[in-house]
Amino acid sequence: MAVMTYREALNLALREEMHRDPRVFLIGEEIGLYDGAYKVTQGLLKEFGERRVVDTPICESGFTGVAVGAAMLGLRPVVEMMTFNFSILALDQIVNSAAKLYYMSGGQYSVPMVIRGPGGPAHQLAAQHSQSMEVYFYHVPGLKVVRPSTPRDAKGLLKSAIRDDNPVIFIEAETLYGIKGEVPDDPEFTIPLGKAEIRREGTDVTVFAYMGMMYRALEVAEELAKEGISCEVVDPRTLRPMDIETMIGSVRKTHRAVVVEAGAGFAGMGSEIAAFVTENAFDDLDAPVERITGANAPMPYAKNLEQAKTPSKEKIIATIRRVCSA
Amino acid sequence: MPRRVLDPQFVIEHLSILDSDGNLDTALEPDIAPADLKRLYRAMLLGRRLDERMVRLQRQGRIGTFAPIKGQEASQMGSVFTLRPTDWMVPSFRETAAMIYRGWPIEKVLLLFAGSLEGGRPAPDQHDLPITVPVATQLPHAVGLAYAAQYREDNVVVMAYFGDGATSEGDFHEALNFAGVWHVPIVFVCQNNQWAISVPIKKQTHSRTLAQKALAYGFPGIQVDGNDVLAVYAASREAVERARAGEGPTLIECVTYRLGVHTTADDPTKYRSEEEVKAWEQKDPLTRFNAYLQKKNLLEEGLEEQIDAEIAAAVQRFEAMAAADPLTIFDHVYAELPPHLRAQKEELRERLEKDVERRADEELPPPLPMRGQRKTSRWQN
Repeated sequence: MAVMTYREALNLALREEMHRDPRVFLIGEEIGLYDGAYKVTQGLLKEFGERRVVDTPICESGFTGVAVGAAMLGLRPVVEMMTFNFSILALDQIVNSAAKLYYMSGGQYSVPMVIRGPGGPAHQLAAQHSQSMEVYFYHVPGLKVVRPSTPRDAKGLLKSAIRDDNPVIFIEAETLYGIKGEVPDDPEFTIPLGKAEIRREGTDVTVFAYMGMMYRALEVAEELAKEGISCEVVDPRTLRPMDIETMIGSVRKTHRAVVVEAGAGFAGMGSEIAAFVTENAFDDLDAPVERITGANAPMPYAKNLEQAKTPSKEKIIATIRRVCSA
Repeated sequence: MPRRVLDPQFVIEHLSILDSDGNLDTALEPDIAPADLKRLYRAMLLGRRLDERMVRLQRQGRIGTFAPIKGQEASQMGSVFTLRPTDWMVPSFRETAAMIYRGWPIEKVLLLFAGSLEGGRPAPDQHDLPITVPVATQLPHAVGLAYAAQYREDNVVVMAYFGDGATSEGDFHEALNFAGVWHVPIVFVCQNNQWAISVPIKKQTHSRTLAQKALAYGFPGIQVDGNDVLAVYAASREAVERARAGEGPTLIECVTYRLGVHTTADDPTKYRSEEEVKAWEQKDPLTRFNAYLQKKNLLEEGLEEQIDAEIAAAVQRFEAMAAADPLTIFDHVYAELPPHLRAQKEELRERLEKDVERRADEELPPPLPMRGQRKTSRWQN
């Protein structure tokens, strides 16, 4: 087991899968000569050449559409979005083509591709670069959506995404690229899509959170433990398909649930998890499911405003106390 | 320092070999074997007769909305005829004649337009993409196929179809730009049928031709008389040979005309004149090709009856097919059935079984008319 950064774990996953399967190739802006805007593809052009690490014209829908075509002919493209906010430019190719062509070809052409890159709030990236883009994708039948919170998950889930026969949206985070953690060296190590992970066991309340909010939830759990509230922190990891067993199993145990979500709230992941818990475990609940989300406004640029928009530790603590006193 | 004209200075060619009065430019006449000429004519005539039959089937509510091809047979057949079966054909949504030629059984095409996914499924060894309705989105896919073919070292050419309206879409620009930069083996075939539903070509672009757009991407573009099957064939063969020889993409603009409706949900009398349609009817691609073959003594006796019988038999086979199983709505969403869809499928199965029990003694209400068949609007409702 090696200790490496989240970025290195992603790089290793790409490298291993490119060695394992000659059909895997990378395509996107600045991923070759420049090693990627966030250096996730570092060294891969040198190792695999221009045919397999393709620097493209600046055009998200163009390179996504081209990847859809290549996937239908049996290749396994891994598309990099410099930031997932730019994927909106490729939304038609993702929603109407990548997610639909397996269906519309009556099962003749699968579209095994991964679209990956950073998304969600970071540090002062402002309104057009800080959005929690997963909400645009998990609504769409035919897509899988992954948000890996740790270096270990980054490697294991990316490898599974590349091997998956469906289009997979794989959203990383600028703020996590530098974090370190233990990552298995085994090139056959993978984490199956659709499996949630219990990050911290607890008995009083289930806290659903992923990416940066997962780490904040862990800090909150540590503090609340001092006052005798035992939080179970569950990281969905794959937002679609969701892991019913682990997520509902946890709520059946704790009888309370809150969702912490960095995005803008309305119709976000919190809404879906709250509905999901209500539908599947209503009789087990001792309190209504609560959401703690970012303010329903664009992300401001100024640091203090950015902090004010994002769910704070204090707000999470106050909500959990309220839910647990119900 | 000075202001000067850069090289190369671009030219756009227009190619016409057999005009609507039957005049033939023998110097340009492509060398097509008599058997191929007969096959080509048969495919065009089949396209026309099937199209007319499908419009009637749609009016009777037996199939749903579709986009007729009448008038565009030469543009489609002249181009697709130059492909090998191993080459890739990427249709938009108006390439019925080309699809039949590529091996789609007629009843399968009918099934597709009756709404069955099975009808949209290419055979495993058939190198065709399914039709795409969002305009121009298939063009980047076509470039992706060409890139993948190069990557795998397959000796194939990709031919992608689209209309004049598609040239205004970003995907058109993106696809041609990528194709030019990567120098992939692809032929872009634009069927400029003058109208994007109700928007005439003059409102679509201020360019003198659509063919000239290729020059901006660094590869050749040619405009052809799209109702002249010989000209379309000659230009396409040249483009396919160039692509196969590694010389990169070509854009072919086929100047043609949609003689019928945009789709069966459209009424073109609202936006274009009868005189215009009549003028284009004089340029019908079938009439002039028929006269050309007559001179060569290549017309088969009773061909029309033979084709009609083939279509009638296919319609019978289509109508004998069982209605789609509702449980198939969950198929092909994902490569495997995820847990939430498994649960929904099970729920639907139970509901359908209960409905069957409940309705055993009831008279069923008449089925709702299909989309495009309804005669009402939301205001009339």
